[in-house]
Amino acid sequence: MSARASSSRGERVLRAACLVAVAAPLFALTALIVGVVAQGAPHLDLDFLLSGPSRFADRAGLYPAAIGSLMLIGLTAALAVPVGVGAAIYLQEYGVQGRWARLVEANIATLAGVPSVLYGLVGLEVFVRALGLGRSLAAGALTLAMLALPIVIIAAREALRAVPHELREAGLALGATRWQMVWQVVLPVAAPGILTGIILATSRALGEAAPLLVLGAVVFASDPPAGWSSPFTALPLQVFQWASRPQEAFAQAAAAGIVVLMVTLLLLNATAIALRDRARRRGA
Amino acid sequence: MSVVTPSSERARLLSIAGLNAYFGPTQVLRGVTLEIAARRVTAVIGPSGCGKSTFIRCLNRMHELVSGARCEGTVRLDGADIYAPSVDPVALRRRVGMVFQKPNPFPTMSVRENVLAGLRLTQRRLAEPEDAVVERTLRRAALWDEVKDRLAAPGVSLSVGQQQRLCIARALAVEPEVLLMDEPCASLDPIATAHIEDLLSTLKATYTIVMVTHSMQQAARVSDETAFFLSGELIEATRTDALFTAPRDRRTEDYITGKFG
Amino acid sequence: MLNLKRHTDREYEAELGQVRERLLIMAGRVEQMIADAIRAVGERDPELARATIAADNQVNRTEVETDELCMRVLARRQPMASDLRFITLALKMVTDLERIGDLAVNICERAIDLAGEARLDGVDALHTMATLVQSMVRDAIDAFVRADAALAEGVIARDDEVDEAYHTYFRAVLAGMTRDPASIERGIHVQSVAKWLERIGDHATNIAELVIFLVRGTDVRHPGKRDA
Repeated sequence: MSARASSSRGERVLRAACLVAVAAPLFALTALIVGVVAQGAPHLDLDFLLSGPSRFADRAGLYPAAIGSLMLIGLTAALAVPVGVGAAIYLQEYGVQGRWARLVEANIATLAGVPSVLYGLVGLEVFVRALGLGRSLAAGALTLAMLALPIVIIAAREALRAVPHELREAGLALGATRWQMVWQVVLPVAAPGILTGIILATSRALGEAAPLLVLGAVVFASDPPAGWSSPFTALPLQVFQWASRPQEAFAQAAAAGIVVLMVTLLLLNATAIALRDRARRRGA
Repeated sequence: MSVVTPSSERARLLSIAGLNAYFGPTQVLRGVTLEIAARRVTAVIGPSGCGKSTFIRCLNRMHELVSGARCEGTVRLDGADIYAPSVDPVALRRRVGMVFQKPNPFPTMSVRENVLAGLRLTQRRLAEPEDAVVERTLRRAALWDEVKDRLAAPGVSLSVGQQQRLCIARALAVEPEVLLMDEPCASLDPIATAHIEDLLSTLKATYTIVMVTHSMQQAARVSDETAFFLSGELIEATRTDALFTAPRDRRTEDYITGKFG
Repeated sequence: MLNLKRHTDREYEAELGQVRERLLIMAGRVEQMIADAIRAVGERDPELARATIAADNQVNRTEVETDELCMRVLARRQPMASDLRFITLALKMVTDLERIGDLAVNICERAIDLAGEARLDGVDALHTMATLVQSMVRDAIDAFVRADAALAEGVIARDDEVDEAYHTYFRAVLAGMTRDPASIERGIHVQSVAKWLERIGDHATNIAELVIFLVRGTDVRHPGKRDA
């Protein structure tokens, strides 16, 4: 007896509704992507990627913004990853149980949900003004690191938690210290999961515009940033700048920029998924 | 309790006196006093929750790793109390190894790396080449013939029975004096179980083995001495054949004849 | 002391009960056979003797059944401690009971041979022996039923009495045969009966030793023959 034959009318209605629920957003998303790609494709060429922005739409490129994003993300990762993974290891492997731990966990979860603009405001006060770093790449990276940190901690924590308890016991029973056990037994097993978390956090930071705007990143930079203390711009900001210009050609450039962003994000997420699958296979 | 010199072979035994163990406020072991003979297999039997797993975890100080867990009393290995303040639990666990109920080879390591894991984890310098250690230990665990062509394969690619022998090899590579086994055959089928039981009869020539088992038949088959626990107390401990033909305590008799009330 | 708690597995409990029942049935029949055999000799009753010989078939059948039952329990249940001692006791006890039955048959055969013969002197001694041996068998079985080690010890102690009574009777019969050569054939038959009674006593002693093993877990057979 096939499933179709045995399902009641109600079930068929439900299935149809679910199908619509899945299809509609997919359709909308596909339409969006197709529209953007169609608009931006003509503008996409090597010149676009290698030249700087200009008053002339047809010569606008995103090279400085791309370099700015790259340096920004690099520094963000370098800051957020050690601190985040370290914090996750401390909380998971060394943390005390009880009220204190639950409080810390609740706070981290909250921080992950804080609107990114607020991070920009904090960054502005603390890094730009109080610490005197100015509107520099360093300040931007520090701000984005704060934003990425909760994501890294939560993902790393989950990855560590997924490591079966028996492995830790086996390590300790062999006469390893806790640190030896964590470093050589737990981390290798949790590594794919932790990497997934890092990639997700990085891709989030890559797409952030609001905090950088608040921080005071420039939207028109003719050259890539010279160093950590120089002013900078990022891909999302460049797109934002182009999108706010009236000329049609700039709209095309913006679309092209969006395509570049999307492709990068897609690649990053695909890597994250591949790593997660690898982790799942190992864990079983 | 007489203090014996560690260099003497005969002295390598465990003496437990007045052992109490707690999980927070709950007492799970009461006044356990027992001598474990060197180079014998001692089986620990009893119903679920009687404290047998807790008992052996007190012998390598793994019990205290659980938050809120503690124990009191003396446990002497080679005459020296392992709970003395000067004793490093990490160093102790290199002398008292453990094999667990569910085989747990390290998934990111190959067979070879798993065997050497105990030595690499603790950063011990080897007196002999690694290959020699791997072969000798795998032979001792009766696994060499089956895996000698697959040393680079992941540890988890072996069958469950082979994985458990791999874990035994891993524990043996550290050259412990005592090997604790917590229901080592619980996850295995009868054939794999038979391999491990056969292995025990050769291992006991070199190591002192304390094995928790929920199968009385297994205890009867493989052990020289058997200790029966009930509700956290040691009821009776004696030579296995004596315990299974004529136990002295009524509660032991009831348990092993299947009179559970 | 035997355990009075029941096995959680009721089928197992029932199986052990069946073994016990068979042993008791066999013991009852065998006790009856001894009594009938002695009466057949004393009263020169060949009909009783033949009936008793026929009764041995049932005893033999029960032996086979009990053995099979014990083997099944060993295979299926892997009995431990007191259960293990009980099953091994059962296997040995059926042998002793079956031998007692065979010895009673032998006595009955002599009773047939002695039919029509006159009584011999010293028949009282035979009567004493018979009574003693019957009481030993009865007490050994009772000791098993009641798990009474003290009673079993009493049986073992009486074995010496039986031996003495046998020697006394043997000398008396010998004297009788020397006095009256015509009575030699009769004397030999009667002496055989006495010998078999003494053997029955030995088997009763065996059963008593098994009961002590069951109850106390100590093997009291062949003292002095094992190293300390």
